Amino acid sequence: MPDLEKLKQALIEGDWKAAAAATQAALADGVAPLTIVTGHLVPAMDEVGRLFECEEYFVPEMLLSARAMKASMDILRPLLAETGVEPIGRVVIGTVKGDLHDIGKNLVAAMLEGGGFEVIDLGADVAPELFIEAAATRNANLVALSALLTVTMPSMKTTIDAFLAAGLREKVKIMVGGAPVTQQYADSIGADGYSDSAGSAVALARKLVAA
Amino acid sequence: MNALRGWLAGGLSISDGAWGTELQARGLEPGAAPDTWNLTHGDRVEAVARAYVEAGSQVILTNTFRANAVAMKGDLEAINRAGVAISKRAAAGRALVFASIGPTGKMLAAGQIGGEQVRAAFGAQAAALSSAGADALLVETMSDIEEARLAVAAAKSTGLPVIVSFAFDSGKNKDRTMMGTTPEAVAAAMVEAGADAVGANCGVGVEFAAAICRRLRAACDLPIWIKPNAGLPKMEGTSVRYGTTAEFFASHYAELRDAGASFLGGCCGSTPDFIRALVIARCASS
Repeated sequence: MPDLEKLKQALIEGDWKAAAAATQAALADGVAPLTIVTGHLVPAMDEVGRLFECEEYFVPEMLLSARAMKASMDILRPLLAETGVEPIGRVVIGTVKGDLHDIGKNLVAAMLEGGGFEVIDLGADVAPELFIEAAATRNANLVALSALLTVTMPSMKTTIDAFLAAGLREKVKIMVGGAPVTQQYADSIGADGYSDSAGSAVALARKLVAA
Repeated sequence: MNALRGWLAGGLSISDGAWGTELQARGLEPGAAPDTWNLTHGDRVEAVARAYVEAGSQVILTNTFRANAVAMKGDLEAINRAGVAISKRAAAGRALVFASIGPTGKMLAAGQIGGEQVRAAFGAQAAALSSAGADALLVETMSDIEEARLAVAAAKSTGLPVIVSFAFDSGKNKDRTMMGTTPEAVAAAMVEAGADAVGANCGVGVEFAAAICRRLRAACDLPIWIKPNAGLPKMEGTSVRYGTTAEFFASHYAELRDAGASFLGGCCGSTPDFIRALVIARCASS
């Protein structure tokens, strides 16, 4: 039995070299790629999310863990594709039109990728049409909208309304987040979910795609 | 004695309140970059600046928070120069004009942007603000020590006094920046960077500001700049409200003065009423 605890530890400590080495070692020992993801990477990133949640970890630690996760996933992704394993969800993410802030969005994107999602990151200041086009062409089942400013929050509603108008609202779940956003606001604009941190965004995304 | 310490010879100096929300009250479209109004709606920007001068601000800022080449596009040289010119007209010698330099919005630590690009963006902005006649440069709402170092270095190269202010809004006690940095680490790094004053702005509200002010005060000998938010924004229906009143905000005046604040004003959600309340509190307590 390979020492997969080392892999988990490497992710929590944000050591990408150790994460890559532990992933290679696990594969060499015959552990299935999917087992590595669901049994070790996902729980490790859940722990990172929890540490962030209880404010023991800050943004830099989270970024390092996300990078370690990515190092492991870069090795595993081609193998998963070969065996026909689908990602647990395909998410289109972006900061809404008028808002140029992308730090929070980038964190959520990194955490979602770490959580086993395929992430299509559209960047900042993204128009509703672009969200729709990406969701349709990439066959996404989840759309994640970010806004940092109270003044750009209404763009979230515009985007959700555009999905309705395009007849695609039933095809995707839409989650929203960002400093000024609240559950109450999310409900009022017809979003499917709201998360107040990058860590809990992953749990929310899993819940939404499973529903 | 440097210029900054000279300005503080008379004791605590009152700065201004929020600009973005004041510009929105004057018709700035939600989502539009406030800085571009320096060129298109200079009269309304000047009205905001004048409202603060009339409320008793001894220091006013400029509407140039986002006008660096990483955070926004456009004729930034003109936007920055106009921003200083507008505030100077409004101040008309009754208040000092400290020109605002905000963060790039990108993370150096995540490799989203390189140091060279950040240095160039802040360098160009600082040069434009300085040549337009700002009295000092204020690097504000910083989270990342590395980005702040680059901004302070760029600002210092103009020869003007440089104030640097961080947003402490994270951690269990809301006493860390988003990057997890403590007031002590900020103070040490900014002394080393050569800043003339250090401080805290934005954050989570006035009730957290005194503790951070005391810690900055204890960690260095620089004057302390304090400009807290009027609490966190709350949605009421479709409109945004800040929970703190001007009276509640100003009720912290003596505590903040005793904590060692040299400059005191309000950040997001504060208005000229907040500044008037601070001026009254200062009169009442002296």
